[in-house]
Amino acid sequence: MDPARSEVRLAVQEAVHTLSSSEDGGHIFSTLGTLKRYLGDTESPAHPKEKEEFATVHFSAVLRCLAGVLSPSWLELLPDGRLEELWASFFLEGPADQAFLVLMESIEGTAGPSFRLMRMAQLLASFLRTGRMAALMEAQCRQQAPPGFPLLRETLLGRVVGLPDRLGNRLQRENLAEFLPQNYFPLLGKEAVRVLQAVVDSLRGGLDCSVSFVSQVLGKVCVHGRQQEMLGVLVPGLTALTEGSCLWQRVCWRLVEQVPDRAAEAVLTGLVEAAPGPEVLSRLLGNLVVKNKKAQFVMTRKLLFLQYRLTTPALQSLLGYLAMDSQRRPLLVQVLKELLDTWGSSSAVRHTPLPQQRYVSKAALICLALLGDAELRDSRDELLASMMAGVQCRLDSSLPTVRRLGMVVAELVSARLHPEGPPLRFQCEEDELSLEMRALATPRPAGDGVLEAGSPSLAAAPAETPAETPAEAPAEAVDSGVPQARLEGSDSELDSDDEFVPYDMSGDTELKSGKAPLYVRDCVEALTTSEDGERWEAALRALEGLICKSPEATREVSVELAKVLLHLEERTCVAGFEGLRQRALVAVTVTDPARVAEYLTSQFYALNYSLRQRMDILDVLTLAAQELSRPGRLSRAPQHGRPSPGTCGSLPLAASQPGSTAAPDWRVAVEERIRSKTRRFSKGMPQLGPVGGPNAFNSVAGYFFFPLIQRFDRPLVTFDLLGDDQLVLGRLTHTLGAMMYLAVNTTVAVPMGKALLEFVWALRFHGDTYVRRGLLSAVSSVLLSVPARRLLEDLPDELLEARSWLADVAEKDPDEDCRVLAVKALLLLERLKDKLLPPSP
Amino acid sequence: MAAHLSPPPDPQFVLRGTQSPVHALHFCRGAQAQGCPLLFSGSQDGLVHIWSLQTRRAVAALDGHGGQCVTWLQTLPQGHQLLSQGRDLKLCLWDLAEGRNTVVDSVRLESVGFCKSAILAGGQPRWTLAVPGKASDEVQILEMPSKTSVCTLKPEADAKPGMPMCLGLWQADSSPRPLLLAGYEDGSVALWDISERKMCSHVSCHEEPVMGLDFDPEKARGVSGSAGKALAVWSLDGRQALQVHGTHELTNAGVAEVAIRPDRRVLATAGWDHRVRVFHWRTMRPLAVLASHSAAVQCVAFAATGGLLAAGSKDQRISVWSLYPP
Repeated sequence: MDPARSEVRLAVQEAVHTLSSSEDGGHIFSTLGTLKRYLGDTESPAHPKEKEEFATVHFSAVLRCLAGVLSPSWLELLPDGRLEELWASFFLEGPADQAFLVLMESIEGTAGPSFRLMRMAQLLASFLRTGRMAALMEAQCRQQAPPGFPLLRETLLGRVVGLPDRLGNRLQRENLAEFLPQNYFPLLGKEAVRVLQAVVDSLRGGLDCSVSFVSQVLGKVCVHGRQQEMLGVLVPGLTALTEGSCLWQRVCWRLVEQVPDRAAEAVLTGLVEAAPGPEVLSRLLGNLVVKNKKAQFVMTRKLLFLQYRLTTPALQSLLGYLAMDSQRRPLLVQVLKELLDTWGSSSAVRHTPLPQQRYVSKAALICLALLGDAELRDSRDELLASMMAGVQCRLDSSLPTVRRLGMVVAELVSARLHPEGPPLRFQCEEDELSLEMRALATPRPAGDGVLEAGSPSLAAAPAETPAETPAEAPAEAVDSGVPQARLEGSDSELDSDDEFVPYDMSGDTELKSGKAPLYVRDCVEALTTSEDGERWEAALRALEGLICKSPEATREVSVELAKVLLHLEERTCVAGFEGLRQRALVAVTVTDPARVAEYLTSQFYALNYSLRQRMDILDVLTLAAQELSRPGRLSRAPQHGRPSPGTCGSLPLAASQPGSTAAPDWRVAVEERIRSKTRRFSKGMPQLGPVGGPNAFNSVAGYFFFPLIQRFDRPLVTFDLLGDDQLVLGRLTHTLGAMMYLAVNTTVAVPMGKALLEFVWALRFHGDTYVRRGLLSAVSSVLLSVPARRLLEDLPDELLEARSWLADVAEKDPDEDCRVLAVKALLLLERLKDKLLPPSP
Repeated sequence: MAAHLSPPPDPQFVLRGTQSPVHALHFCRGAQAQGCPLLFSGSQDGLVHIWSLQTRRAVAALDGHGGQCVTWLQTLPQGHQLLSQGRDLKLCLWDLAEGRNTVVDSVRLESVGFCKSAILAGGQPRWTLAVPGKASDEVQILEMPSKTSVCTLKPEADAKPGMPMCLGLWQADSSPRPLLLAGYEDGSVALWDISERKMCSHVSCHEEPVMGLDFDPEKARGVSGSAGKALAVWSLDGRQALQVHGTHELTNAGVAEVAIRPDRRVLATAGWDHRVRVFHWRTMRPLAVLASHSAAVQCVAFAATGGLLAAGSKDQRISVWSLYPP
């Protein structure tokens, strides 16, 4: 046996014995002093061989023993904390990996809150503070041959990364600030930079080093979801260090390459998010995306197609990274093709949520801005074809935001691909979306630095137009119209009159009421036969007021009038034509609900109507139903005798969304509830509440509802609700839902609810989002309008079916609004259950 | 020029309660108005209302025209006397002193037209009255209070200006001869010398009948409004010849009455388009368009002092405005 080894063993055995049995402070101190020799740094260091022997074989045992003897009385064997200082120095100066493992082990092995636990935790904190973690990792990097114990290394890795969790579990409320994840991981990042610095130094010195342990730590931290904390420190450090140093860049590339495959996604996502721009990303990653299949998959597919979490600047740096090197550029072309393919696929349009569609659009536009004309020319036809397909299916969509997105992207893409051809223009005004997209699509100048990449500069801010220019123009025009020059001069004593400041005279427009008919019949005649544009317009403007003023006369011609209005076309440009016609139609319907509703619903399914007219019918029916069911309508009816066109004109326009229709009624209900729950000590004059009255919609709801719901599944030559005309179907579902809601407190609500639930059941898997939204809100209306008891007695099966469908939608529907609506309906169902179950005693 | 125009003003107050379209307005002038400003209004149902501008209430209603429309109101400078002209072909002279309201005299009119009368009254007890005459194109001049007919002014046979539509009497300070301005149905304005009984000048200003005129003797300049779309400004030269100075186009046709404020700085028109328009009289610069009525405005009147403007409308309301106070 090697004499050095046995000597060390003897010394260690003796020391361990002394430590565990002796009570003499001086003796212990000298024993520890001898052991300390083996760690070096004392005045009489031991032989290197002995040191190595001690470090590899005995150090852990000594540390365990030291940890075991710790107690308040033991520390007080010598005054002034000298013993404690010496005790701690073993942990802080010896080989860091063993010290760390023993510390963790003893902390985890110590039960409950105790003196020893706290001492060990404080020791671990000072271990971290004194930068021993860097020493630990550096030691792992320097080990040349793969270490004999991969298990040990794995354990070490687990402890290093899992430290906050383990300490948190152990210490509970006594946890120290150093161990909190938000402090620990930045520290780890800082230490990693120091380790890399050491690696670079030793590489400069010609020594070989491996960064794989740091890579593993980084990978594991990222997999644990702590990218932000660690990379937030690491990336800025590396950004500064890699600038202008090839060696540093190579170390970085190596660092990322060595990350285990299973952690690659987490690390790369974190880096893309943390990097301030494509240049930095390129310095950090090198050509990783070309070399590593996994990285390529993450960067070119997963982050772009399978997820949509990146912010726009991060997306820009990702795609900018792909564009920065000639080896990576083919990938970018490939990505653009796939992006536009996805953008143009009708199934994707139907099944992906809107934010993802927007994300893909943004990515495609950024690609287009990054690619050069020559690269685009090769695949122009292919790209255009995909784009056109995408525009086609977006314009078919019934959601306005999707249509809008299609138009904006199509304009920008075609302008980029076909700069010489005639520009594609849609009639849509600029908004936030289009401005943002436009900013993305404009190629950035080459010198655009890191700083600007963070904030996509919006297209030119709205030009500052001085407010007085529009106001000044008419005033001057007025001035010049006066024969002023010739009148002046004769008398100058009244010059002070110039201080007369004119008022705004923009309201001085031509009066048109001169030709307005005074009777409803005259209006009908004027609208059908009059060739005089002015009279026609005056008739249209006067109509609503006349209908409100003379309901009797209106009833005589109601159906005829409805027919005229339904077929009315805008002959001359009349401001607010749609609104005027709609309000007049609503007024007619309200005046003579049964007959007009019968007529309108029959026309809804008739041949030879445009989609616009059919949707007008639905809007009018909804608004009329709303007006009829408005509480207090009857008591206010006598006011119609006076010429007050505002009474009927106050209807909200085109409220086909049940949410918006219901809003005022809800507010009334909420206010009523607040009032009933608020206790007041004194009251002023008792306010007259709204007079209760029957719901006027009660007697006519059937005329509105059933003809609409009966024939939706019978396609006509020109009108196929279940086929191409899904936009109208969506509007129909919303209308039916709104009517159901408005039929609250009516006797017909129960059969209506039954029919509506059947209707919903038939269409529940409809592919169009707008239709599904309508169905979901219809279910909510049923739950709100049909009395709870009747629901349970008459429709239990339907409710059960609806419930399972709602649960399914709430979980899986791609559209967020649909999910929200489904959850709302489920809540209503729950409330229904609470209402029916007797309150628990 | 101001960078930002303020929105059109609101009336200072609105007088309601005539229960009939308002056709004539007149502010109480002279000494008797001191301390107790009054406004007279004549309505279509034949009543003359007296409004207190302090309480903004009707003080009294005079019923002297048998339910026929009151078209013209005027107070005399001496004493508490009011003249009212009605469509019942009567011109009544009311005594309003000390709370009385009785008809003290009346003049029988011969014309069924719409022409409003005019007076010329100084401090003297005798005053001159111009009323539409018996024949359709005549104007009759009476000396009051004796009611003696001074003369009848009839255009030359070949002139054919149609009926007189509005009258204005005035006398230049330098000359003792009273002059009459008359607006005719064919859109012309004529100047008559009453003492010589001849038409001094005749100028065609409008396409449509002249509905109202007012004259500023100091500047020798007048303005007339018609059923058409234009206001005409004309002036009188030293040889008593009328000259059209210019026309001012309005947005909507029809001016029922024009009135120049007594301080001759502001002009107001009553429009059939429900609006009162205010112009700067010297430059004819438009100053304001007052749109508070819901039917045609039939008459406008300015108070002698204080700058109040009243407008009466077919919607049975009288709006009172305070614009550009002197």
